[in-house]
Amino acid sequence: MSELTEFRPRDRNWHPAADTPAYRSTTYRAPRRSLLAVPQSIGELSGPVFGDTPLDPLGNDLIRNYATTGDAIGERIIVHGRVLDENERPIPGTLIEIWQANAGGKYRHVNDTYVAALDPNFGGCGRVISDADGRYSFRTIRPGPYPFPNEGCDWRPAHIHLSIFGHAFVQRLVTQLYFEGDPLIPRCVIVNTIKDPKAIDSLIAKLDMDAMHAFDCLAYRFDIVLRGHQATYFEDRGS
Amino acid sequence: MALKETPSQTAGPFVHIGTLPEIAGLKAKASERRNILARDGTLGERIRIEGVIYDGACALVKDAVLEIWQANANGQYGSNDFVGWGRAATDFKTGLYVFETIKPGATPYRDGRGQAPHISLSIFARGINTHLQTRLYFSDEATANAADPVLQLVGQPDLIATLIAQRDASRPVYRFDIRLQGERETVFFDF
Ligand SMILES: [Fe+3]
Repeated sequence: MSELTEFRPRDRNWHPAADTPAYRSTTYRAPRRSLLAVPQSIGELSGPVFGDTPLDPLGNDLIRNYATTGDAIGERIIVHGRVLDENERPIPGTLIEIWQANAGGKYRHVNDTYVAALDPNFGGCGRVISDADGRYSFRTIRPGPYPFPNEGCDWRPAHIHLSIFGHAFVQRLVTQLYFEGDPLIPRCVIVNTIKDPKAIDSLIAKLDMDAMHAFDCLAYRFDIVLRGHQATYFEDRGS
Repeated sequence: MALKETPSQTAGPFVHIGTLPEIAGLKAKASERRNILARDGTLGERIRIEGVIYDGACALVKDAVLEIWQANANGQYGSNDFVGWGRAATDFKTGLYVFETIKPGATPYRDGRGQAPHISLSIFARGINTHLQTRLYFSDEATANAADPVLQLVGQPDLIATLIAQRDASRPVYRFDIRLQGERETVFFDF
């Protein structure tokens, strides 16, 4: 059997705790028992490969990918960046899925009951695969903030949901990006499930005027970091 | 270590838009039935896995997405004939999730011992800040389960029981209910 390299442990103090009472949905969904730490073996060190999956050619253009009569309404933006591991190595060929509300803060989802209008030209769903240098880019509209029931009515800052696979089961990550300067960020109970201000800052996409498209789109930069391999190796002594 | 991992945030109640768009109500871009892993040529016993997720108030979790990752019938991950990855949602009305796949083979542990056939599983939902990871083992593999290095780390029989999918008496269907919190809470792993 070939050499297997473990990933660094997940820093559970950097990630949000499971039970975060201010975000009330966690109350009955957070396990009471602590997670059982188990060494990684072949199933955790491997993961699905999507590099060959044929993607919709408009998969990373949310302004057009569900459009029927014209472009989606809203502030036109580019969201771009790199997928790296903790050792600063690019992660190429990884699938990134995003989803978001429209410019009015309404999701195209059968369970979204918010009064804001749907945009007939906006689906809010995108997929792209990182390139050889780990780079990715989406064109979309800036999502609107929206209210949700929590302690009375709470508001979410504008955000985009992201799902990233990496190359191993243990690199899997689902998160949300926020937009620099949004006054709702520090008020958000979901943002504040994260304790370390540096960790919160790492979820805030930064305005990137160098990447804007003149007379078309503003740009935001958002780098994604997945778990990296340990420096030390172990030999699998199996067959 | 130069960089910190990007912190996790909940997948939220609208996770389906990005992960299973047809279930959210978006028109399908391609017909992708991601909860069906077995194809015509796939080796191995065809099985169905189904179950529900309960929260700490014994309510059904009807807005979750589950992902599985498994070896093929020969115990190999990522083989050309079998992707080994799948995704399903719990039904908005019934809370039931379903996978149609094949029973995986035994796989090697890091020290060369064998691991009992099992499927890795991740759960994403509103109210889950970082996705939960667990493993599904099979009730008809008692001997292999008893020798499984990870189940030995779990230790207590009542905890191990939360990880065993129960095979139906007459059909190749396994029932695997997940309990997020409270009595008979499923064992979740930090790999
Ligand atoms: Fe959201």
